Amino acid sequence: MITYVSRKLVSMWNQLIGKKGRITSHHSPPLRTKDVQLDNNYVKDLAKKYTGKLLLRDEIVVQEALFQKLLTYRIFTPIPSIQNGLFFTKCIRCNNKKKSLFAEIPCSRCQKRHRYCRNCINMGRVMECEHLYYWSGERYRWPQLKSPCTWNGTLTEAQQHAADKIMETVKRGGEQLVWAVTGAGKTEMLFQGITTALELGKRVCIATPRADVVRELLPRLQRAFTSLHIQALYSGSRDNDGTAQLMIATTHQLLRYQHAFDVLIIDEIDAFPFHHDKSLQFAARRAAKKNAARIYLTATPRKKLRNRVMTKKIDYVFVPVRFHGLPLEIPNLFYCSSLKRRLENNMLPEKFIQWLKEREKPTRQMLIFVPTIQLANSLREPLISLFLHHQLISNQKEMISVHAEDKVREEKITSFREKKIYALITTTILERGVTFPSIDVAVLDAGHIIFDEAALVQITGRAGRSPVDPKGEVVFFHDGKTDAMIMARDSILEMNKRAMKLTTNSKKE
Amino acid sequence: MNYCLWCDEELIVHTNWGNVIHLQKQQKLCPLCIAKFKKITGNRCTICSRPSGNKTCEDCEKWKSIYAGNDPLDRNVSLYSYNHFMKEMIAKWKYRGDYILGEVFRREWLIHFMKSYSTLKKQAAIIPIPLSDERLIERGFNQSQLLASFLNLKQMEILKRIHSEKQSKKTRIERMMSENPFTLTKPITKPVILIDDIYTTGRTIRHAANLLKINGCPKVYAYTLVRG
Repeated sequence: MITYVSRKLVSMWNQLIGKKGRITSHHSPPLRTKDVQLDNNYVKDLAKKYTGKLLLRDEIVVQEALFQKLLTYRIFTPIPSIQNGLFFTKCIRCNNKKKSLFAEIPCSRCQKRHRYCRNCINMGRVMECEHLYYWSGERYRWPQLKSPCTWNGTLTEAQQHAADKIMETVKRGGEQLVWAVTGAGKTEMLFQGITTALELGKRVCIATPRADVVRELLPRLQRAFTSLHIQALYSGSRDNDGTAQLMIATTHQLLRYQHAFDVLIIDEIDAFPFHHDKSLQFAARRAAKKNAARIYLTATPRKKLRNRVMTKKIDYVFVPVRFHGLPLEIPNLFYCSSLKRRLENNMLPEKFIQWLKEREKPTRQMLIFVPTIQLANSLREPLISLFLHHQLISNQKEMISVHAEDKVREEKITSFREKKIYALITTTILERGVTFPSIDVAVLDAGHIIFDEAALVQITGRAGRSPVDPKGEVVFFHDGKTDAMIMARDSILEMNKRAMKLTTNSKKE
Repeated sequence: MNYCLWCDEELIVHTNWGNVIHLQKQQKLCPLCIAKFKKITGNRCTICSRPSGNKTCEDCEKWKSIYAGNDPLDRNVSLYSYNHFMKEMIAKWKYRGDYILGEVFRREWLIHFMKSYSTLKKQAAIIPIPLSDERLIERGFNQSQLLASFLNLKQMEILKRIHSEKQSKKTRIERMMSENPFTLTKPITKPVILIDDIYTTGRTIRHAANLLKINGCPKVYAYTLVRG
């Protein structure tokens, strides 16, 4: 009976996908057996692509007739996309329950008026009349790779300690926080853990809230795992069908996954928008398997996470030393009176000009942080004329501004990295995850609400990241110290203290 | 409780005599988001509504010569100009399919229509630019039809569209060379006001206008939300 059904199925599939059986030699078993093999391969291909995903019909690239067949054989399973409770409506994909983020549409597909979710609409519209589908056929088994890592650098003692912990978590599963200061070499610490996971045939995803960080991570990982296919998912990425064993993705992309990863690493877990967007946190929870290893990386954990550390509800490892062993830069705070008004009128504070003259190493490139996009654009001209006046730049093109709505920001960042540009005016988009070897950092109007403690610590961490030039000046210009500034400075001092302790201890041993 | 349809911030309504006496229309956007729209004001081309000092702009002169001195479009009126914010708004509304965002435009759209087509609205026929069936299924709704419905006038659906590549995906030259995607199901002898969401090169509108004129329509006007 079973064989009959399976044969029948196979022949139907063949008709649907237009495959024809190969000509076989006389003494081989009948044609059909061979076809089963073929079809298994096809289903296996599908399995590789769709295992662990939760998708809309449009996102599944399978012909309709074949798709219906797959549904009848329960290889895909539909679930309703929007759940209507007695007092609430819930989007099953993004867990949005907020009333204002649902709306009604007179649908031209089903000719009825029904709800759709506005929260996750950028990932494709979830409509009430359509289902979400997940793969319920046999799950794809990822291969156990043999020594995929081609990186052969060495780790510092502190890094090695963290790397060991990560490896342990990968094997065991569960949560692990890696609290490492900016410039501690977090990515390198991951390599051993990732290698272990791949060798065990596990699927790994590195997720991060920022697309810039994804773009930065991809080449670094590609260099460490040269023969491995790594996919980076962010809006606008090309290679995005989600079929790699090692993936890098923005946290938004995780909305399309369900119980997919054995190891989920969330880099910069405290970054915007992840830390306040509940649906992204939901997505990250769902994307990993139930007993998966979840590793969180950050230099500036938020209060909630710190409380969990304090109450020992989460395993954590602390890396207070930068990889080159020197302490973090300590920000200088400069008071400038009526700073906000001056900046609005395109005037630069005197203190800034003074500091510009007295910098230790004028050859270092400069990052200038401003609170708003508007300022990033309007301050460009006065800054250019000032820099030209002090002969820091030779022409206008060596100073540019960049912000989130900038279309060519990737190119701008690359040319800054290549030292074609001397100074970059930026909003907080470059506060984290990006490495420029030798720079000085200035923050104009550091008292602005957008610069919270985490942001300021991260900004400070941009300086002094190169072993060749491990120093860099960091200056905050403000018109009144805020708690954020003081807390940021205190926490940096605290980290340096802990780093000192660690290094002296290890020397004694 | 009301929330801004764009940034989802809570809308705070200040109580004043105005809204105690006349119950004020509910705002759909917060003041910050409203400020990001840019209305077309001042001098504009009398045909296509582009802000310009001349009476007819260069492009409209070109159109005139393309159609051998007889521009099928008599006049286009647009409400907003196409800035970054509008681009994002249109993208989310039309391409992502966030249907409710249409509500944002409803009021201004109607007011402006009354101002600019007050004399015509009784005798003219309102025709929204259609989508092809495939595109309609894909998007779930027709944005032009939605805009036309805001005018509270009877619509005539006598145009049909053949499926082709999206205009927005083409270059300017490709757009200009594109073939007429419309067919007419019934000729019309009344003046017509075409409704569309965005006037970029004017190609789509003129395809439709030309077809109407060939089939005996005396005047073709257009009312569009955005002048690209």
